[in-house]
Amino acid sequence: MAENFEQHSDISAADLARLTQEAQAEATPSTAKIIWSEFKADKPAMAALIIIVSFILFVMIGALFINTPKMMETNIMGYFNQPFTADYWLGADSAGRSVAKQLIVGSRNSIGIAIGLTVISSTFGICWGLISGYFNGYIDWGMQRIYDFMMMLPMTMMIIVLVTIIPHYNSVTLTFIFSIFYWEGTSRLIRSRTLAESEKDYVAASKASGTSHWKIIFREIMPNISSLIIVDCTLSFAENIGVETGLSYLGFGLPSQTPSLGTMIANANDPNNITQYWWTWLPAALEIIVLCLSISYVGQVLRRAADASQRQGSIN
Amino acid sequence: MWKTILRRFLIMIPEVIILSILVFLLAKAMPGDPFTGSINPKADPAQIHHLMKINGLYDPWYQQYWNWVVHLFHGNLGNSYQYQEPVTRLIGGRAANTLWLALFTMILTYVFALPMGVYAGRHEGKLPDTVIRVYTYVTYCIPFFVILVIGIWIFGYVLGWFPTTGSISSDATGWLHTLGSRFYHILLPGLLGALFGTVNIVQYLRSEVIDSKHSDYVRTARSKGVPSKDIYRHHIFRNSLLPIAAFAGYSITGLLNGSIFTETVFSYPGMGLLFVNSISYRDYTVITALVLIYGILNLIGTLLSDIILSIVDPRIRIQ
Repeated sequence: MAENFEQHSDISAADLARLTQEAQAEATPSTAKIIWSEFKADKPAMAALIIIVSFILFVMIGALFINTPKMMETNIMGYFNQPFTADYWLGADSAGRSVAKQLIVGSRNSIGIAIGLTVISSTFGICWGLISGYFNGYIDWGMQRIYDFMMMLPMTMMIIVLVTIIPHYNSVTLTFIFSIFYWEGTSRLIRSRTLAESEKDYVAASKASGTSHWKIIFREIMPNISSLIIVDCTLSFAENIGVETGLSYLGFGLPSQTPSLGTMIANANDPNNITQYWWTWLPAALEIIVLCLSISYVGQVLRRAADASQRQGSIN
Repeated sequence: MWKTILRRFLIMIPEVIILSILVFLLAKAMPGDPFTGSINPKADPAQIHHLMKINGLYDPWYQQYWNWVVHLFHGNLGNSYQYQEPVTRLIGGRAANTLWLALFTMILTYVFALPMGVYAGRHEGKLPDTVIRVYTYVTYCIPFFVILVIGIWIFGYVLGWFPTTGSISSDATGWLHTLGSRFYHILLPGLLGALFGTVNIVQYLRSEVIDSKHSDYVRTARSKGVPSKDIYRHHIFRNSLLPIAAFAGYSITGLLNGSIFTETVFSYPGMGLLFVNSISYRDYTVITALVLIYGILNLIGTLLSDIILSIVDPRIRIQ
């Protein structure tokens, strides 16, 4: 490019370098830079981000050192052991199993499912929204009717019914079942933005020059709404933590031998546990609250970064 | 206007039909057969075989589906295999409980949300606005079942202010006492649901108030010398009331879907708890009926909201 330019113009190489530098200084900063400066300006957000990342890393690595089947064995000696003792940091449940260890493995399972669910359902929702918003007319109409139908289904009930039908399931099948029902929010958001974006001149110009539909959708429109996608993924990640834990709490999520934050909170269903043996369920409940709040706080900061009028951080 | 409503109704019909087929097939796919509970363990396999045959359980699925639909229109949803009583009567008893709770929660939600929304919009950008926004944001983020568990722990068990199970105390006599006891039982779940479900109404009302603050009719009222308080109460609030009322439909569908959690935590005998129990007993006539009812209620709630919104806002009408 530069060589080409030199042949046809009389600007010297030094001038060209200077002009390029000036242009780069004036150009809109990259998304990553904006997000970083936004986090630097907002200390609580930085704290939330550090808490989330270090906590997720801690449970992911910590769970590797815990032998789950051995941990889940009944140990009568530890029957409702008090918390804050040397052997049981957070006490033990009715089967004498360490609550602290269950919490680590359970967090790994719950967070893992939430991440998987976010990746699958957001990918699907984004594609659905992009295609539905870009192709107006019959395709959009048909896809909207399917969307309406999905919105009508009582989600929790349908998931419970599907979980009972499938004889053997693990966290992977569970993630897929959840994903069937949790793409609607993303798809609606992306569709409405794509509708607005398709009206713009660059799309019309690209169409006129013969670019294929798929290239316009995924290489031109999608990068332009990427900040929206990042924000939406973060916020749905926070919501998705509640999905699996809620179902596990009811007893239709992960099987009882696989610890999850939800099954641990289900200990509270026993009137004795809820009052006398609070340590069997309260840590899991508090952990969910802290996680959800910090993740959505980070999401709010990302949303601010995506909207130039709300930014608090300065770039330079 | 009528065109929009009519078109929405016409789209509803195939949706309900597809839902009923889906629900029926899913119930068929569930493990276990319906006679396991109704006959004693020593029953002859041939007899079960015979029962299955006369009840049409060996017919092709479309035949069975058709029979089911015909019965449905006669108001016959079959018998519950767990409770040995007609599903319509079983659900009828529970539905009232669920609907009371949902209605009560919704009214409380409006009671909390309306003043907050107007107040936040009026003091936009100032401290009260920030406090209300943080509050709605925090309540929105936390999964609702965690709130229910912590709420029942603190207020039900530790402080002992509220009952923790059932919909009525066993020693309630006389209609006044009965009514009071019922109300007492829905108070805590209702309050929790309302305090943690205000986000949509508050946010909508807040932006509505901020928009109308700068509109012409408010400026006219101000120049006439109407006091600021009355402008908010009579002019702005009245104008935002109808779209806010439209949220009732969405709100009720949300509450019904949440009823599974609320009723499980509070052991409140409504449709949600009935569903959870029926799943464990594979009582699939009840399961089918409940999924269908919830689907149709979802549809009606959304339809109501959409119709009210399209009356208020001509932009979203179908041409």
